[in-house]
Amino acid sequence: MGFLDFLRNKTSGPTPSRADRGLLLFENTSEVIRAEKVLRAAGFEVAVKGPPPEVRTGCDLAVEYPLIEGLNILRHLDEARVPPLDAIPVTGPLLTPVDLYHVKDFGDHLMVRAANMKVTVDKRTGVIVNVSGGGCPDVPWLAARLIGQRLDEAPSPRDTGHTLCGYALGLAFEEMKRLCSPS
Amino acid sequence: MLAIVGTVPDPDLPIVEGEALLEGAALMVAGRRIPTDRGTPALLAAACAASATLGLPAPHAFLVGDQGLGHGSRALYAHLTDTLPGRDIATLVFHYLMPDVMWHDKVLFAVETMAARPRLIADAGFMYAAKMSGQASAYDLFTPDAGELAFLADETAPHPFYTRGFILHDDNNVPDLIRRAYGGGNAARCLLVKGSVDHVADAGGVLHTVDSPCEEALEAMGGTGDTVAGIAAALVEGGLSVAKAAHLAARANRLAGQLACPNPGSRIAEIVVHIPQALKQAMNGTGQ
Repeated sequence: MGFLDFLRNKTSGPTPSRADRGLLLFENTSEVIRAEKVLRAAGFEVAVKGPPPEVRTGCDLAVEYPLIEGLNILRHLDEARVPPLDAIPVTGPLLTPVDLYHVKDFGDHLMVRAANMKVTVDKRTGVIVNVSGGGCPDVPWLAARLIGQRLDEAPSPRDTGHTLCGYALGLAFEEMKRLCSPS
Repeated sequence: MLAIVGTVPDPDLPIVEGEALLEGAALMVAGRRIPTDRGTPALLAAACAASATLGLPAPHAFLVGDQGLGHGSRALYAHLTDTLPGRDIATLVFHYLMPDVMWHDKVLFAVETMAARPRLIADAGFMYAAKMSGQASAYDLFTPDAGELAFLADETAPHPFYTRGFILHDDNNVPDLIRRAYGGGNAARCLLVKGSVDHVADAGGVLHTVDSPCEEALEAMGGTGDTVAGIAAALVEGGLSVAKAAHLAARANRLAGQLACPNPGSRIAEIVVHIPQALKQAMNGTGQ
């Protein structure tokens, strides 16, 4: 079988990959319906599905959403006052966001990495001097807005980013703030 | 032809394509001036510098504005699926794009209908989509950093954000993570893993390591991973095997870094300007 046939089979099969999808879990069905309405109105590709048994919370419905756009979607739901109980990957319902940080001290500079995202600060001034890593398109956009700003004055990427890379950068940013805060 | 696909953090930029020319610290594409600070413009800048050094034509850019909402990426995906089948491209690089499995599959399908299949290189968001789609092995080269290698090695993770801690913690053991990535079918035919030591590997294991010259500050600088991918792409276009190109690119990128004498706050344009000299040194086997 040639690669084209392989690809054709993969793309025209009955179960296309859902690896880039996530599920939003809610307390009850009316919240699911409200959330779906809010997200559809904002232009997101969402669908109502049944959650897997291991994460069922009592509500038999969940909202399937584009996983990578999770940060932006959660912000929309917060603003609409219908935040989910949890947001999980379809293919790994028990996976949790990264909570491991790598810290590297360059002397005058400190770098924190969370997952694939790194932020570096000049310890003498508290100014963000670099942002690196990541692969989603909001990373260069966020980097341009963070670099040159003082850590205590810069907007959190969790408030301004849109994707999971933005979310990871937000975690690195907040860990950096914790490390640099006087204790 | 070497073609490079990606996004620019300017939501007002429509789809533009054409020859990419390096003018100082900016690129000119289809009459538009684009800063090369990081991301796909940094990769393109490095590819321009390396291509000129190798005597190759300037790379062809497919660019669109996208600040993370995905609208630009999806428009560019649609453009590619419409236009790639009629194109003559020898080396095709996919970079900062919104990871989207459905669009990934459509673009790869369009590639497979091209008269001659290009060598495929993926980094950043499109590499994430390639892994998620289960079709990583269709690619000739991935260029992950340590965090992204852990993501490739974790067969359950749909994005680096969800890489399991016991794998993420293991980033000092790059050869094991490479084995794990190939074991799960989540690696391209060749990997260039960027880190304090760069590793070039295939399914048989590590082929080359590059650890000198060592400029620690490069790890903190945005865009240094992009420049190494751009140099590798130009070398592949120049006719080198993918593994040899990756090996030389890793060495040239480090030499360019050394020539720039960077600190963790340095900008990528300070590296790009040294790529021609660094690439010549790497090809001649000279340099510190």
